[in-house]
Amino acid sequence: MPRTVPPWEIKREIQVKAEDHTNSKYGHFPAERPAEEYIRYGVINLNKPAGPTSHEAWTKRIIHVECIGHGGTLEA
Amino acid sequence: MTGVLPITIEDSTKIVQALLYSGKEYIGVMKLHGDAEETRVRKVMTEFEDAIFQRPPLRSSVKRQIRTRRVFYNEFLEMNGRNVLFKTACEGGTYIRKLCYDIGEIIGVGAHMQELRRSRSGPYSENDKTHVTLHDVSYWFGEWQEKKDPKILKEFIQPMETALALIPKIVVRDSAVDALCHGANLTAPGVLSVETGIAKDTMVAILSLKGEAIALAKAQSSTEQIFDANHGTVATLERVLMTRGTYPKVWKSGRKE
Repeated sequence: MPRTVPPWEIKREIQVKAEDHTNSKYGHFPAERPAEEYIRYGVINLNKPAGPTSHEAWTKRIIHVECIGHGGTLEA
Repeated sequence: MTGVLPITIEDSTKIVQALLYSGKEYIGVMKLHGDAEETRVRKVMTEFEDAIFQRPPLRSSVKRQIRTRRVFYNEFLEMNGRNVLFKTACEGGTYIRKLCYDIGEIIGVGAHMQELRRSRSGPYSENDKTHVTLHDVSYWFGEWQEKKDPKILKEFIQPMETALALIPKIVVRDSAVDALCHGANLTAPGVLSVETGIAKDTMVAILSLKGEAIALAKAQSSTEQIFDANHGTVATLERVLMTRGTYPKVWKSGRKE
């Protein structure tokens, strides 16, 4: 069978349809969000340790936030 | 299992949908139950580089009906006696334990999955500088609380937009943002740029000119059609990601010329 290209190897190009400017009064560049907002709109690329540890509870406790989710269980 | 597990914080939890369907890569050890030639193992593993059928195992969190999942590649890395080290890239929701079992059946000696680590979840790889342990998170958060330097946060938290890296994107005008935040579908006049590879029903991410995620949507036509369209809906909203009112409400007055 042929090897198929995984999503992370797909190259995309941007096709610009029109130009416009953005008003700096509204929103933020993602990297320039104020700290509280930066955390609230953040993702952690976590290295999950072995065992059925409650990484979610841990993470919540460490960074003092209310709500934590994860990108899928690590179900084999 | 160990390895890459993206953790979403508060508002970014809305993007898990995008991560669940993204591809995964695993590195693991398959244990054969009998002796087999390396050439045979290699050949059988390659045969699984295809759309495969799997029934979820007894102990699983989903309905147990047969489903198809694509294996992008199923690489043989090395073999030591009956232990086979492999690297597999597949769609989310592929059971590697099942895959190993099935490979063992085809080889004819039987096999089971001995060890598994997820080396990639969508755009997040274990090779990224941003890949951190719980210890790192704890350390950097302590540093942040003490020094309040925003640079420290970037050591262990990434903007949720990084989760959308593999999804084709459509960038829209400021004037289109708030309507989208209220759940309106995206229409052609709001579109500034569009990425290649979009077909009807493809999941797309709608971004502002500042690169902020506004919403996840389902494309209603292809990249080319969206590029050429002057009016009409180009994408229907699936999930709003940005808080309403971040951008001013200008959609009552129609679009800017």
